[in-house]
Amino acid sequence: MTNMFKGKLFGIMIPLIAIGFGFLAGGIIMLISGNNPITGYVALIQGIFGDIYYFGETLQRMTPLIFSGLAVAFAFRTGLLNIGVEGQLIVGWFVSVLVGIVIEAPMIIHLPLAILGGALAGALWGFVPGVLKARFQVHEVIVTIMMNYIAMHVVNHFIRNYMLESGQRTAFINDSASLSSDYLSAITDFSRLHWGFLIAIAACFLMWFILWKTKKGFELRSVGYNKHASSYAGMNVNLNIILSMSVSGAFAGVGGAMVGLGTYNYANILPGFTNLGFDGIAVALLGSSTSIGIFLSAFLFGGLKEGANNMQGQAGVAPELVEIIIALIIFFVASSYLIRWIYSRVQSKKEGK
Amino acid sequence: MDMTLQILYTIVPAALIAATPLLLTAMGGLFSERSGIVNIGLEGLMVMGAFAGIVGTLFFESLGFGFASPWMGILVAIVLGAIFSLFHAVASISLRADQIVSGVALNFLAVGLTVFIVREVFDKGQTDTISARIFRINVPFLSDIPIIGPMFFSRVYLTTYIAFALAILVWYVVFKTPFGLRLRSVGEHPMAADTMGIKVNRMRYIGVMLSGAFGGMGGAVYAITTAGNFAGGTITGQGFMALAALIFGKWHPFGAMGAAVFFGFAQALSISAQQIPGLENVPQVYMLILPYVLTILALAGFVGKAEPPKALNQPYEKGSR
Repeated sequence: MTNMFKGKLFGIMIPLIAIGFGFLAGGIIMLISGNNPITGYVALIQGIFGDIYYFGETLQRMTPLIFSGLAVAFAFRTGLLNIGVEGQLIVGWFVSVLVGIVIEAPMIIHLPLAILGGALAGALWGFVPGVLKARFQVHEVIVTIMMNYIAMHVVNHFIRNYMLESGQRTAFINDSASLSSDYLSAITDFSRLHWGFLIAIAACFLMWFILWKTKKGFELRSVGYNKHASSYAGMNVNLNIILSMSVSGAFAGVGGAMVGLGTYNYANILPGFTNLGFDGIAVALLGSSTSIGIFLSAFLFGGLKEGANNMQGQAGVAPELVEIIIALIIFFVASSYLIRWIYSRVQSKKEGK
Repeated sequence: MDMTLQILYTIVPAALIAATPLLLTAMGGLFSERSGIVNIGLEGLMVMGAFAGIVGTLFFESLGFGFASPWMGILVAIVLGAIFSLFHAVASISLRADQIVSGVALNFLAVGLTVFIVREVFDKGQTDTISARIFRINVPFLSDIPIIGPMFFSRVYLTTYIAFALAILVWYVVFKTPFGLRLRSVGEHPMAADTMGIKVNRMRYIGVMLSGAFGGMGGAVYAITTAGNFAGGTITGQGFMALAALIFGKWHPFGAMGAAVFFGFAQALSISAQQIPGLENVPQVYMLILPYVLTILALAGFVGKAEPPKALNQPYEKGSR
């Protein structure tokens, strides 16, 4: 009986049911607020697939979401909850743009260097909570939340005082560090789609490879399953915690680099969080911390956020509806106990007959 | 000397006003976390409270309640905050969802839901500005005391005194009443509490709903006294700072009070440091990140070890070992 709930199929069913519930609730909210849910959802879907430009923008939007999702998932596999993806992404964005502006070099050196800069900055921002967790047993959630604010204020400070070019932003990065692609842009009716999308796909493979095909990955997952058993088996738990947080931060930092080098080609003073990092929690959770799942849920959330524009334009539904849907999907996935409980009720009724 | 006093006369009231919403929300967090439920959702509860406070005030204004309207707005925020916190309570207590994930979802939901309603109702990204405000007052007699008067009793909001009085009340309730003992026991050792006949999950529901009420009040007080209207960006991080105050204050009402006042000072200084001799060359960023850096140091044990309640972040299942 209990085996049934642990089956692979059920693992896929929970996110799908949660998505269904999320959309159902979104529809009810549209009904209550005097909108037609069918018109709303049709406009939403058209806002994703209806125009090649929208589709290109959807892929552009999902690029940093893939990275932040991978970052959350990577730490999660080692039993850590990295709420600090937001801050790691912000410092990654800033440092990659800094490298993109300050250094002059041919693209083959400059672009990897800028991305590496973002990765290192993110890794450093993940390293600190990792060390505090390993050395002082401080819960990583609180530290990473605090690190988010420190990241935002420090980056804003540097931009405001040393790099302000026009209005609220830095200068554009040199072309040799840019991920912008005339080709990808042209085939999607001049959307902001850039090469970073392909790097994101590569990153999905990279995470899968590290976690499932290397010895270190096995150690990291083992620490996530059972710290004490891993320690008993001779693994260095503390080192793995620090490593996991650093790699997670690096993924987030590269995500920031994708925004800085691909989408905008500059960094700007942030009035508040980008939410790209927080959305990563939703992406990783819905994608069950697997590479393929993260890719698909990043597409869903990226699409929802892009389609929301059209939903407002065509159906007059406020775009915040998709934020509500996303929040409810997280609730339903997190509360999978509810879905399991309903399922077991239905099952036992069937058996009763 | 006169110069210093003049500066203190501006900074101290500003610090107390900035500390008020943090203090209220931290008290909310205290109830929830002392009962064993992590509440990352304080930010979202403040957002909901700010929304309810402003919309409530606007509504009662339109009915002609005049200067009673902001107070009724705060009441609406308390009730709505408590109801809204049920999302977190049901998910993390009854459905055993990860408490941190549930809190994060609550934050998303609060911003999405409130801004969605604002757009549908007001046809723009923010609400109208309230006209009935809570005004800064001089406390009769007390404000005439030299030095202390201008510092603590002049040009302040009544809400600030209410917040400090509530913090003392919270201390009494949590540490001096049977209810408080039960609340703390389910947060430290739920199984032992259950054995003694305390209904663990019911206590936790009460803890979370109280955090909703206090968080809602904190958000409403901020929106009504400081912001004046509501938009998606009205609450930006105050909830997390309240959480920081709670931890920095070691999950104790007076500790959290001290931390909230301290953070309030940092906030007031970051705005007016430019006018203070000796501080004008200190970059603003140091004041902005000070609360967060201190919280990390406190957690790491450099500023006195902060120990959370033992059963924090663990769902309770009857009969489990």
